[in-house]
Amino acid sequence: MTTVLHKQEQVTLDTFLRGIWEENPVFVMLLGMCPVLAVTNSTLNAIAMGLATLFVLVASGTLVSLLRKMIPREVRIATYIIIIATFVTMVDYTIQAISLDLYNSLGAFIQLIVVNCVILGRAEAYASRQRVGAAVVNALGMGVGFTLALLCLGTVRELLGAGTILGYPIFSPNFEPWVVMILPPGGFFVLGGWLLLFEWIKQRRERRTLQAQGATAHGS
Amino acid sequence: MSEGVQARPQTSSLAMLRTLGGIAMISGFLVVLVFQWTKPIIAENKRIAIEKAVFRVVPNAVSRRDFILAPEGLSPVGKKAKGETVYAAYNAKGELQGVALETVATGYQDVIRILYGYDPQCECVTGIKVLKMTETPGLGDKIAYDPDFLKNFHGLDGKLSADKSGLAHPIAAVKHGSKSEPWQIDSISGATISSKAIGRMINASGQRMFPLIQRYLSGFRPPVTVAAQGGEPPGSDLQ
Repeated sequence: MTTVLHKQEQVTLDTFLRGIWEENPVFVMLLGMCPVLAVTNSTLNAIAMGLATLFVLVASGTLVSLLRKMIPREVRIATYIIIIATFVTMVDYTIQAISLDLYNSLGAFIQLIVVNCVILGRAEAYASRQRVGAAVVNALGMGVGFTLALLCLGTVRELLGAGTILGYPIFSPNFEPWVVMILPPGGFFVLGGWLLLFEWIKQRRERRTLQAQGATAHGS
Repeated sequence: MSEGVQARPQTSSLAMLRTLGGIAMISGFLVVLVFQWTKPIIAENKRIAIEKAVFRVVPNAVSRRDFILAPEGLSPVGKKAKGETVYAAYNAKGELQGVALETVATGYQDVIRILYGYDPQCECVTGIKVLKMTETPGLGDKIAYDPDFLKNFHGLDGKLSADKSGLAHPIAAVKHGSKSEPWQIDSISGATISSKAIGRMINASGQRMFPLIQRYLSGFRPPVTVAAQGGEPPGSDLQ
């Protein structure tokens, strides 16, 4: 129930990989859907959003984990939000310094990383209970998983919706882009498609292991 | 969770204040640090973005100077004058090529902000560049790149009325394919609202600003034209 009782996790490869596959924030936990659906209308936007979230995840995870023994329970959420907002503001200025075009195309969604539940969820459920090393590795995994998920959506939506990837034309000039794919409904279509694919892969794998183990091993 | 809360001794207010205060201080420090570091870079990015846009809407421009234009007169940027910022653009010889102005109107979803060029010699609009918009991709956002639509603004008529208080003919977007006058804008089919917004904002800005530009035209002459005759390289003291 309390932080003391939580087992300190040993940092293994699984600490990192969990965020990418088993507990992928987008495809498994279905968290942080707002940026996932909103800014994935192009590959570049998806990469930028993913990296920005990755940075905020890792930086806030580090700080929360470092301060975990000093933060009183009653004000922990307020503290996490201040920490997250700080790093989001830093990212906001940095993106403006890197490219104003990118900043304009991401719009308000940079600032909205503050309320991305992936980040607050990690701070509350993991970073506030684990040592810094584990928190950083786990946040990295989650961030990479989030970025990959955005990339999955962004690439497909840009390819179908504009016929390009990162601005480079892929199809012949005769290709008529499916504009709906870069509009909000396209986000839902593509997300649905990916969820379907991942669920199918998971079920197939479970069936395979079942068959391999034989029916008697089932239920353990 | 609830049992845990009951068993727990109350945390003192001091500890909470200390934590929040401390975190807020770290937060403030980090934000200021990044702000100070990125401030000059962002300012430079914005300057380059404006410059690019100005040179795009005014053909043959190579240098620019910013002015504040108001009904009371024209003053260089920096002096605390009220009015609209206008960007005067000059060619390689230091002659005034045109003036770029910003204007806004509500489009289909949100405000559209554009920069457009005005040539005081031909009294016409010379080009537009969309600075900010959230129009529908594939439909409304064509105002930014559709070549046929952008052609409307190469020499769009902005002649002043006889009393020089406004435009002789209001600039307006008309239905796709029905443009018949040089002051009309041929809308994009399927993006009438966005096209009309562009027409409306140029008209509103033109009615107000074109007469002022013509009235204070001599103020735009860069001091360099005098200097150029003296043998100095043109454009040297222009920003």
